[in-house]
Amino acid sequence: MTSTASNRPLISCRGLTKVYRMGDQEVRALDGVDLDIHEGEFVAIMGPSGSGKSSLMNLIGALDRPTSGEMWINGRALSEMSRDELADLRNETLGFVFQQFNLLARQDAFQNVRLPLRYARKEIGDIDARAKECLELVGLGTRMDHRPMQLSGGQQQRVAIARALANRPRILLADEPTGALDTKTTVEIMHLMQDLNKQGITVVVITHENEVAEYAGRQIHFRDGRIETDTAHPELRRASGG
Amino acid sequence: MKAGVAASSAAEALFSNPLRSLLTMLGIIIGVASVMVMMSIGEGAKAQIEAQISSVGTNVLSLQPGNMNRGGRNQGGGSGRPFNEGDVSAIGQLPFVEAVTGTLSGQANAVSEESNWTTSIQGADASYFEVNNWRATEGREFTQQEVQGGTAVALLGKTAATNLFPRGDALGQRMRVNGVPIEVIGILESKGQSGGGGMGRDRDDVVLAPLSLVRNRITGGNRWVSRHVSNIQVLVQDGYDVMEAQDELATVMRERRRVEPGAQDNFSVINFADMIKQRAAVAENMSMLLAFTAAVSLIVGGVGVMNIMLVSVTERTREIGLRMAIGARGGDILLQFLVEAVVLCTLGGLIGMAIGWVGVYAYAQIASAPMLVSPVIVATALGAAASVGLIFGFFPARRAAQLDPIQALRHD
Repeated sequence: MTSTASNRPLISCRGLTKVYRMGDQEVRALDGVDLDIHEGEFVAIMGPSGSGKSSLMNLIGALDRPTSGEMWINGRALSEMSRDELADLRNETLGFVFQQFNLLARQDAFQNVRLPLRYARKEIGDIDARAKECLELVGLGTRMDHRPMQLSGGQQQRVAIARALANRPRILLADEPTGALDTKTTVEIMHLMQDLNKQGITVVVITHENEVAEYAGRQIHFRDGRIETDTAHPELRRASGG
Repeated sequence: MKAGVAASSAAEALFSNPLRSLLTMLGIIIGVASVMVMMSIGEGAKAQIEAQISSVGTNVLSLQPGNMNRGGRNQGGGSGRPFNEGDVSAIGQLPFVEAVTGTLSGQANAVSEESNWTTSIQGADASYFEVNNWRATEGREFTQQEVQGGTAVALLGKTAATNLFPRGDALGQRMRVNGVPIEVIGILESKGQSGGGGMGRDRDDVVLAPLSLVRNRITGGNRWVSRHVSNIQVLVQDGYDVMEAQDELATVMRERRRVEPGAQDNFSVINFADMIKQRAAVAENMSMLLAFTAAVSLIVGGVGVMNIMLVSVTERTREIGLRMAIGARGGDILLQFLVEAVVLCTLGGLIGMAIGWVGVYAYAQIASAPMLVSPVIVATALGAAASVGLIFGFFPARRAAQLDPIQALRHD
């Protein structure tokens, strides 16, 4: 599936500003960011801690609202959406992967992947079949009844990715997805992300590791709440085993 | 679908910390148990009182010699000059009287071939059966001719019959009452205890015989009053005001007993149905008080549930954030915690009902009262528990639903 290359970006930000109050101090986490991400892109957002990359991720993920500025996902202005509409957007269009996996500890892998399907408002069909399919896609078809504690870090992150994919999102948002993983597992997870991107899912990864960013086709560096550099990176790091 | 998510996560949350869940439920358990005990005791008392009213009849008046209220002190019935058969027939002439009977009662020793039994003896005329609505279930009742002739026949109450004739063949047998040979011609239907709470006397422990027989040969006559009776019972015609009949009977009796105007009555006209109704009103007040106690207990339990739900929301803030991040709406989160509170309370309600049932059973055994656990009581007790969950679970659930997704996700 090649990029449909429509002119309208999938994610669009204009003058995006986020100001936090910490006591008397104001912290400008994002300071007038303009950014377009098109369908099918694989974007790495980099920068030192406090540069605003996580704030940007939370805004793109419709988890937080900007202090000022506007953003659109798939052409819809987020400022005009209600809490429920934002919840549905997170459910249907976005998929989250967190550094700490954020799996429900008392539920097994299968139940964790089922969760977003159960919250879905749109017609999905066979939830169990879809959850199984997603776990097989990340290579955990044989460990569906394992609880998070019984899985390695890499396996847990695969469950989290399967959960993010369950509702066939158009955008996969990953916040330091390999931050808690060793080097070998990091390579596996990034290859999985690359594969998903090839299947047409737009991937946005936050990282401070260059090795991780090298899997992305576009690297955006943040500093002090602003975009410092935004470079295409055509020579992608290749998956060694295919 | 959404309710399914809520229910499964509620069950999971409750069983993940069973001790805490149980302690939280304690208030609800006590509240529901007391609702249950209170309601079934209340309904039992009501049923008993209704049974008593129907066994006495709402339009029966009883006359006893002696004023029950002289000088504000209860002198007890029977302390004055007794009535006689002339009083009975005079009352029988009154237009509103359907039937009247004079009775004479005392203690007697009855001896059958098999057994020896001290019981109460009641002399009466043939109207007794109608006035008291007390009929023979076996054999026959005695007739007015037998009453006038003083024929040696008698009917036995159930208790007297089983004690005198344990083999159950009382009918047609002979026995001696204070030495007088008497033939058993009938068995009276069972009336049970008089008064509530197991403290009344057993009204089935009785020998009922013709008035003249009892007076002339068993209890003996009165030194000052010939043809005396100890008690008169009057059946008032249907539709006639019983209170008015009470007043008119008093007027007639004052005249017959020559009570000076302005002097105290030397007799009493008692309306038993009215007395029972007054007792019922007292019982009603009592169960209102119990209901209030139960309500307080449920409210205290509800506050406990609210408290633990608030703790639960705080503990699971990250989980709530995650659920929101993957697309749970505020309403889904609200439902999840509301269901959890309702399930918690309903579970407590079920445990409370089990305990309450044991309490009701124990009460019924001790007080030998009827045990009444109607579906209405069960539904009320469970409904009360679920409502407490709904009301006190709402605030914590709403707090969870209104959490900011990113704040919740970052919470630690």
